[in-house]
Amino acid sequence: MLWIDKYKPTSLDQMDYHKDISENLKNMILGGDFPHLLVYGPSGAGKKTRVMATLKEIYGANCLKVKIENKTFKHPSSSKSIQVTTVSSPYHIEINPGEAGSYDRLVIQSIIKDIAQSPPIDSQSFVVILNEVDKLSKDAQHALRRTMEKYANFCRLILCCDSTSKVIDPIRSRCMGIRVPAPTKEEIVKVLQNVAKKERFDLSAEVAGHFAERSNGNLRYALLLLESKKTKEYPFQTNELPLLDWESAIFNVANDMITEQSPARLQVIRGKLYELIGHCIPPDIIMKNLTFALLERIDTTIKYDIIHWAAFYEQNQYFTWKHSLPSLWQSLKSSKWNFNHNITST
Amino acid sequence: MSKSTNQNTPYRPVEPWVNKYRPKTVDEVSHQDEVVKALKRSLETGNLPHLLFYGPPGTGKTSTILAVAMDLFGPELYKDRVLELNASDERGIEVVRTKIKNFASFSVSQNNTLTNGKPAAAFKLIVLDEADSMTHDAQAALRRIIEYTSKTTRFCLLCNYITRIIEPLSSRCAKFRFKSLNDTAMIERLRYIASSESMPPVKDEVYQAIHAVSDGDLRKAITYLQSSYRFYGSRELTPDNIYNISGTVPPKLIETLINTCKSNSYDKLQSNLQQLVTKGYPASQILVQIFDQVTNHKSFSDKQKALIAMKIGDVDRNLVDGSEEFLQLFDTVSFIMKQLSDNSNNNNNNNNRMDLD
Repeated sequence: MLWIDKYKPTSLDQMDYHKDISENLKNMILGGDFPHLLVYGPSGAGKKTRVMATLKEIYGANCLKVKIENKTFKHPSSSKSIQVTTVSSPYHIEINPGEAGSYDRLVIQSIIKDIAQSPPIDSQSFVVILNEVDKLSKDAQHALRRTMEKYANFCRLILCCDSTSKVIDPIRSRCMGIRVPAPTKEEIVKVLQNVAKKERFDLSAEVAGHFAERSNGNLRYALLLLESKKTKEYPFQTNELPLLDWESAIFNVANDMITEQSPARLQVIRGKLYELIGHCIPPDIIMKNLTFALLERIDTTIKYDIIHWAAFYEQNQYFTWKHSLPSLWQSLKSSKWNFNHNITST
Repeated sequence: MSKSTNQNTPYRPVEPWVNKYRPKTVDEVSHQDEVVKALKRSLETGNLPHLLFYGPPGTGKTSTILAVAMDLFGPELYKDRVLELNASDERGIEVVRTKIKNFASFSVSQNNTLTNGKPAAAFKLIVLDEADSMTHDAQAALRRIIEYTSKTTRFCLLCNYITRIIEPLSSRCAKFRFKSLNDTAMIERLRYIASSESMPPVKDEVYQAIHAVSDGDLRKAITYLQSSYRFYGSRELTPDNIYNISGTVPPKLIETLINTCKSNSYDKLQSNLQQLVTKGYPASQILVQIFDQVTNHKSFSDKQKALIAMKIGDVDRNLVDGSEEFLQLFDTVSFIMKQLSDNSNNNNNNNNRMDLD
């Protein structure tokens, strides 16, 4: 069993950090009921863990006995049927509406209407957890609006997402928002050391600090990293963690860009970027990391331009290409052109 | 709907206050005096034009029409006479052609009396909630239906943006604009709810904070009030609690961010922004608040404010299109920083090239 699952807290009391949120959640469910929730925060901050712990607090341990089901939905007008995996217990059902692609609206409606048609006998309200609501189509989000109000007596919705920027306003105004901030470095260090203690190995605060630093506030990532490092090379060295392969590749690209600006070099960089994309590194992450790598080493006067063009081309990729490459190359060319331009002008 | 919840068990789901305190009669609707006056007059005569309600969310459009319907038909006839369709129902052109048309074309008895002795209105009501999300085709199909069923049926369209309703449709309706609530009207309503829910006394500054974060949206305001009551229990509320519930960034943090922009150090800016983002504040919210603070900031010149506002507009659109949040925000704040440093160097020539983009 992976450590992230093994040491996942199952009740609100076991939560290591954000005690105040846990406290308030407990307060809220004192009456046995809660409003629709919108839980948001960066990934790996413990949104889902907190939601499940809350459910356990309400319904008891039974809600952790989940079964996985494949549900099929029939499209009303065409003969298409859509398959979605659901995780459910007697008290809740969890779906990832993103799986249904452009049929997400249909899936949400049928699930909620199903539940409303056969409400649980003991009149406890049923909980529907929707993951990644920010990835829902606008259509599906609009469909949720009135559904949420209409069936509020039968089911409670818990919506989880990374950022509420892409959740439409009417939904936000119908939910109680719960922000789950990423744990601080110290908090991650504490958790890592706790796990190390339970797994019976030594983890100095310094080494744990490196892991925390690398994880960028993502506890899940920190734990995974720790586990993989533990199996690979224990005892740990105290020096800093080496970069991951793809991270160093991006780093190299940045280096190439800075050392020489010529068409020939562009060709080389292009190859490297193709390779990165070939290894399934999402373009927005490439762009982000590349920007940071560049920013570390360039003159202050052109920093603004780099940031600006990075943001500009990162945005444009959504129009010109989907997970394919030509525009990244173009973006590079331009930001590089810009870069050249600036180097010569400064 | 509520019939099937079992009343005998001690456990009862708490109704959202938004539903519980929905105005039951037209008179109870807060702050929409002109609309209420006009509607009441037509209610007295028992006649009603086709209606088109528009206005920002949470101003009482749905509540008003539900109250009107209740007044016209009473609970007895409500089910038979009112058809409520919203964006969660299928309502493409097929539905308009079948369901709406069928419902609209049946005539109703002229002489029903309600239990309170009033004669029931001799027509039916079709409420199309969130009408701006109907397709243009469906709206077009509605045009003629509205006309030739007007003997038996009144339509009421509710929408946020009147521009998304096609012209021929909106010209067939009496239009009513719902305005956002000002602070006195909103706080009055919140106070009423707080006292009927026997909440511990809430301070004025908390009400002010609720009003500030809810943007004149009463539904939002009531949800915040209920949430904070549930979340913080009987402890005394502070404005910070409200900011927390509503996901608003505490103004101090934004201030620090803008002050960092004056430092002219990209590293500081980056780490400051990173902190803000890892705390889980959504980018759109940060952006809106940066905008608020910049426009009220004394150390920016008018030209700078204009340029920054333009930038924020662009970035906001990019965010809606689904761009990477951090890069976009970084772009914005570094733009602000650049504006500030350009000013201090009295060197405004450089940024003209950037402005053209």
